Amino acid sequence: MAIDHRHHQDHTEPPPDIELRVKALESLLVEKGLVDPEALDALIDLYQDKIGPANGKHVVAHAWSDEAYRRWLLDDPDAAIASMGYVGAQGEQMRVVANTDDVHNLVVCTLCSCYPWPLLGLPPVWYKSAPYRAQAVIDPRGVIRQFGSEIADRKEVRVWDSTSEMRYLVLPQRPEGTEGWSEEELMELVTRNAMIGVEEARQPAAQGGKP
Amino acid sequence: MKGVHDLGGMKGFGPVQPEPESEEPVFHEEWESRVYGIVRLIGLLGLWNIDMSRHNREQLPPAEYLANSYYENWFAGIQKQLVRSGLVSEEELQTGRAATPVPEYIMERVVHAEQVLGAPYMTASYVRPAPGPARFTPGDRVRAINRHPSGHTRAPRYVRGHTGIVREHYGSQVYPDLSAQGVDEGRHLYNVRFEGRDLWGESANLNSAVYVDLWESYLEPEP
Repeated sequence: MAIDHRHHQDHTEPPPDIELRVKALESLLVEKGLVDPEALDALIDLYQDKIGPANGKHVVAHAWSDEAYRRWLLDDPDAAIASMGYVGAQGEQMRVVANTDDVHNLVVCTLCSCYPWPLLGLPPVWYKSAPYRAQAVIDPRGVIRQFGSEIADRKEVRVWDSTSEMRYLVLPQRPEGTEGWSEEELMELVTRNAMIGVEEARQPAAQGGKP
Repeated sequence: MKGVHDLGGMKGFGPVQPEPESEEPVFHEEWESRVYGIVRLIGLLGLWNIDMSRHNREQLPPAEYLANSYYENWFAGIQKQLVRSGLVSEEELQTGRAATPVPEYIMERVVHAEQVLGAPYMTASYVRPAPGPARFTPGDRVRAINRHPSGHTRAPRYVRGHTGIVREHYGSQVYPDLSAQGVDEGRHLYNVRFEGRDLWGESANLNSAVYVDLWESYLEPEP
């Protein structure tokens, strides 16, 4: 192992054989009966195709459209989210934090990569990376700037560090000029990044008006 | 453990370099998806818990932890755990050939496709009986104790010694410091607000606060 480590540090590229080593482990676990190959494919498909940010966008657009749902989502997020069917691992205990005229929220996991899978799917690489995890708590405004947005000084920036099994979702502000839009149309304005809090929801102007 | 994983507030990693949201795949390489799937399915056998998995990755050599990609760390972690738990021998890992049978009680827990596809998807419960009454209530001033355990902990180093205000009591939940050692016990869990300027002094952003989830044993009352 020690030789492997030295070899690895001399080269920033991942070891070229990782693909083969993973294949070898998979075959071994299948041979031992510990991994059912159908279950493995099903699980990967689930997170590749089915469980993704569209779920969170649906919840946000619904909250924008229905004030009673919005209040429910903020008061009892687990029940409100379950009512839309988005229940699963890493989303058992949710808190939804709402952006307002006075507050902007940002979510991070400085210790690892905690993220609300049932609503956003698996996290992007940057969310799990050292630069984001290091900076988000000390310089959230700087992080948001790197994503191209600027949060006004008068707004309080609240950073939520996911250190427990609670998971956080940002409820972005509904953009102005979207009166009368359907939930499907509103979903187009909700980005995954806005639900993490590194940006705000898209403006309708940027969409060229109603989609 | 004040390890290399405890990154909050560190400098020198350079800018965040996001791929455009619309272009980033869920997995960048096929092997990443296989590692993810294997870790989840083996994890569901229930031979270790999420805190043991985290602690395992936290104990990787620091230079390796930082140089590895995310799923390389998962791959390194799962191999260690498989051997440590006895599910796979070092020899089997080297040769890639099965040599020892798996005990029946473990085989009975092997996850099948219909279980994977049955919503709600593979949920867990983290709520545990409370060890006693909660010591703090929302609005209380608390200090994160200046403690540096050598084992697993979820109190990030940047809050230690700092004062905050309890925002919410999340009830009694499984306590990571013991859970990583295989002891499943509840402790009261709180969400605590720290002012940016209290944590970071002059380096703090204007008008900023950090909310951190902290178990009761990480906290002491602050008059």
